Amino acid sequence: MATTMVKENNAGPAQLLGPESASERTLYPYVTGTSVVALKYKDGILMAADMAASYGSTLRYKSVERMKSIGKHSLLGASGEISDFQEILRYLDELILYDNMWDDGNSLGPKEVHSYLTRVMYNRRNKFNPLWNSLVLGGVKNGQKYLGMVSMIGVNFEDNHVATGFGNHLARPILRDEWHENLSFEDGVKLLEKCMRVLLYRDRSAINKLQIAKITEEGVTISQPYALKTFWGFSAFQNPTVGAEGSW
Amino acid sequence: MGLKAPHSMGTTIIGVTYNGGVVLGADSRTSTGMYIANRASDKITQLTDNVYICRSGSAANSQIVSDHVRYFLHQHTTQLGQPATVKVAANLVRLISYNNKNMLETGLIVGGWDKYEGGKIYAIPLGGTIIEQPFAIGGSGSSYLYGFFDQAWKEKMTKDEAEQLVGKAVSLAMARDGASGGVVRTVIINSDGVIRNFYPGDGLPLWHEELESHNSLLDILNASGPEPMNI
Repeated sequence: MATTMVKENNAGPAQLLGPESASERTLYPYVTGTSVVALKYKDGILMAADMAASYGSTLRYKSVERMKSIGKHSLLGASGEISDFQEILRYLDELILYDNMWDDGNSLGPKEVHSYLTRVMYNRRNKFNPLWNSLVLGGVKNGQKYLGMVSMIGVNFEDNHVATGFGNHLARPILRDEWHENLSFEDGVKLLEKCMRVLLYRDRSAINKLQIAKITEEGVTISQPYALKTFWGFSAFQNPTVGAEGSW
Repeated sequence: MGLKAPHSMGTTIIGVTYNGGVVLGADSRTSTGMYIANRASDKITQLTDNVYICRSGSAANSQIVSDHVRYFLHQHTTQLGQPATVKVAANLVRLISYNNKNMLETGLIVGGWDKYEGGKIYAIPLGGTIIEQPFAIGGSGSSYLYGFFDQAWKEKMTKDEAEQLVGKAVSLAMARDGASGGVVRTVIINSDGVIRNFYPGDGLPLWHEELESHNSLLDILNASGPEPMNI
């Protein structure tokens, strides 16, 4: 059958090289997305991600949607290799399709999707051929809010607020300080924007074009792309060496 | 972290949509190390009557991927009973690129015209990501064109404007990228069909520090009359 040629090729000439087959492991990502930040708020989950896909240090693609809705109840955000994210979306498409085909009134909730993703990521990690992504899975089903994360090595957990990549270092401290139960939509958005602004200042692979997604019992909405205002008006920025002549 | 910098790929390839179709462009240099193995290669390859692919990176890898996709598209067209869409062609390319990412080193741009979506361009870089874009650039020469396109690109160009933009861009990249050179080839695809164009190096505009070409110094000396040479 023609399709056998395009299936995943784990064998091939590299097998002749001995037990350490080069073709059996992904070594490094090529086209990557940066941080995703998400938090629980009063009515559900809010998630933010910029629209950049970098190629090494080049900001190559600047209109990439890194958050997608999954079924009726979940939202998936991804950082890391975009081709692997696109493949994960295909797996999830199939998962949701089969779920719908049962036609039994049930639908997979965020907990189930998170569990599925964890298994996929962990099993790939065990084969030394990971899907090079950090995934954020959020959703609401039957009034229960859910927010979880899976890393490329299969580490998974749930929390009230999560972030991937640089967001772990820059956004989570802000969230730890300022997040509280029952944030309003406006406060949630402002808090996410505060995190995204810091990432814009300090993450080289971030761009000023982002989307914020909201998921509630009613469903998923992903905002149009927009840009944040940034502040550069510190007097210390004007003339950084004025207080210390000769310094750099 | 082991984030390896992207491989430098010999070539400049471009795909641009315009109001009614697409224009694909490429240089013609194939190099093995410092030697130019082929100075007039054709990097724009046909997949179907209405879909073409621009190849960059490893010549062997890009050729074999194109061959496979051409084979599958031919079968697909027969079974479908009508021309394949650009989207299907691009996704077949993605399938092969993604599933063999450990072995392949080729960046590709798929462009064409179909009756459902009109002119479309899909970029498929290393790794097998697929991105639909109004225009795409690839290959080592493309590094020099990001700024150019940020400024020069506009929506709803005419066919001639689009072709001129592509020609200008490939020519600019060739001026600065050692791995790009030779001639500029363009392929225009729209509802009327496919037109191939060929712009030899000496027909392109001259950029900074580039000079008009002559057959010989003697022509220059004779043209300006019996004046002393300036050294």
